[in-house]
Amino acid sequence: MTEQHKIELELLALRVREHIIRMSTDGGCFIGASLSCTDLLVYLYTEVLNISPSLLKDQDRDYLLLSKGHDVPALYGTLAELGFIEKERLLNHLKTIDSIYWHPNRNIPGVEFHSGSLGHLLSVGIGIALDMKMRSGKNRVFVILGDGELNEGSIWEGLLVAAAYQLDNLVIIVDRNEFQANIRTEELIPLESIDKKFKAFGCFVKRIHGHDFEQMEQTFSQLPFNMGQPSVVIADTVRGRGLPSIEHRADRWFVNFTHEEVEMLLDELHGEKESTLTSETIMVR
Amino acid sequence: MTYEEKLKEISEHNHNLVVMTAENRAAIRNLPSVLGNRFIDVGITEQTMIGAAAGLALRGRTPIVHALATFLTLRAFEFIRTDIGIGNLPVKLVGGVPGFLSEANGPTHQAIEDVSIMRGIPNMKIFCPADHEELVSALPLIIQDRSPWYIRYTTLQPVVKHYDSFTFGKAEILDDGMDVALLTYGFMTMESWKAKKILEKRGISVRFINLRTLKPIDEGAVIHAAKECSLIVTIEDHFLIGGLFSIVGELFLKHNMMANVLPIALDNQWFKPALLHDVLSYEGFTGEQIAAKIMVRLQQTERSNEVYHNEKHVKQIL
Repeated sequence: MTEQHKIELELLALRVREHIIRMSTDGGCFIGASLSCTDLLVYLYTEVLNISPSLLKDQDRDYLLLSKGHDVPALYGTLAELGFIEKERLLNHLKTIDSIYWHPNRNIPGVEFHSGSLGHLLSVGIGIALDMKMRSGKNRVFVILGDGELNEGSIWEGLLVAAAYQLDNLVIIVDRNEFQANIRTEELIPLESIDKKFKAFGCFVKRIHGHDFEQMEQTFSQLPFNMGQPSVVIADTVRGRGLPSIEHRADRWFVNFTHEEVEMLLDELHGEKESTLTSETIMVR
Repeated sequence: MTYEEKLKEISEHNHNLVVMTAENRAAIRNLPSVLGNRFIDVGITEQTMIGAAAGLALRGRTPIVHALATFLTLRAFEFIRTDIGIGNLPVKLVGGVPGFLSEANGPTHQAIEDVSIMRGIPNMKIFCPADHEELVSALPLIIQDRSPWYIRYTTLQPVVKHYDSFTFGKAEILDDGMDVALLTYGFMTMESWKAKKILEKRGISVRFINLRTLKPIDEGAVIHAAKECSLIVTIEDHFLIGGLFSIVGELFLKHNMMANVLPIALDNQWFKPALLHDVLSYEGFTGEQIAAKIMVRLQQTERSNEVYHNEKHVKQIL
């Protein structure tokens, strides 16, 4: 990856993060999880997925499914930056005149399916992958899972089926930000070693740093990792990535900031000093 | 023509038809060789089956999914509601051994709240065929329809001759008597028909309504029956809460009507697990027992009418 290319990706990710921060007021959003998967979404949409605003109805397009739907601000931001939706439309966040709310839905161009209830879109992705196989398509399904979402039994049930049907056109990406809602995963329901678990379920697993574009390039260029096996990428990420005042904070899962705090966070994103935040997290779980 | 023969026939011209099962192959045993990769058995994973059916539907397929009615509607309920319901996807859910047909399996296998929970999902339609013939004849229309459907599967042979072809939301009225109207669906059509014959021998004029689709419901058929007959009887192998009795009750409230209704359903309890014949007699659902319950109710109604008329008479004198 050239330095120039890397800078372009970083700038794009920075703009997506700005969108996310702007969505964290007037009702708020799940800011932490959105920031953790931003770099992954930016890389996938620009470098990996065969998808664009003109291919939205193309039978041969790749699919991206956001199974942990609460990080949708990262997806809205990415879709807006890449021209799937008008950037101005993000101003409609949480307004009844539009459908840009806390979880994804198909009223937004680029969103393939709704989510919000954890543990659903792996099985939906399996159905899409099965159909692609039936049509002998070369296209693929990417499913983004949260690490907390791995608590759901339906994930492991789905993996059995994906492995049984040898879905090597299925790519599962785990946003391993180490938190589930308000608690560290390893303090509540320990997940490690995640790699071994997925491997034992018949997947081919790679683990990467989820904010490193060069590692993403090396990894995603090798898809499918192995013929006849689902590919799994465990991406180690940081919840709240880009904002030190939010990073690693268990209590900054869902926050509704004041307008002043949003301005501070935007400055912080651009390298200014850490914000002094007083808005409390809202315990929605 | 059997159910699976019909599916095979439809699949020959409808290339988007996909048959899925959570390892319940009883109804579709011969389809794997016919359908090839359009036959998908996901093993005992009802949730994954429903999610995958949603994915297939997003790609233009019409999945017909099979599992035991209780596990299909209960284990996978949130997937049905969230993926199929919110998505309004054309997935057809076929529930095996519903109601009394689970016989001696015990309460774990008794799908007797399936109608109740399925009808609460926006977009979902419900078909409860009286017998195999009715099921097979309705299949092409249901598969063609772009809504999700829940179907109570049956292999029963017909006890009545069906003259009217299947139409969504249209009940089959097999006799239009004026004393008692029997409203039923699915498996209970058989015993209800026996009850009708017994009542008629006693000189009671019976209207017989096989509802076929519980959602949409044939409002006209129910309302006319309530206006024209002195007693409405709802007969179902389902909990009293949420099934046909509830549907009919909601309908009367909606139309600001009063009606004399006798429900025959499972009142807040699971049924005694046993062989079908014994279940029916133990629970009081044989044709004879149904007829007897109706006779008692008719006599009570008559007596209360007499009291009412007497009181009216007394008031007039005063």
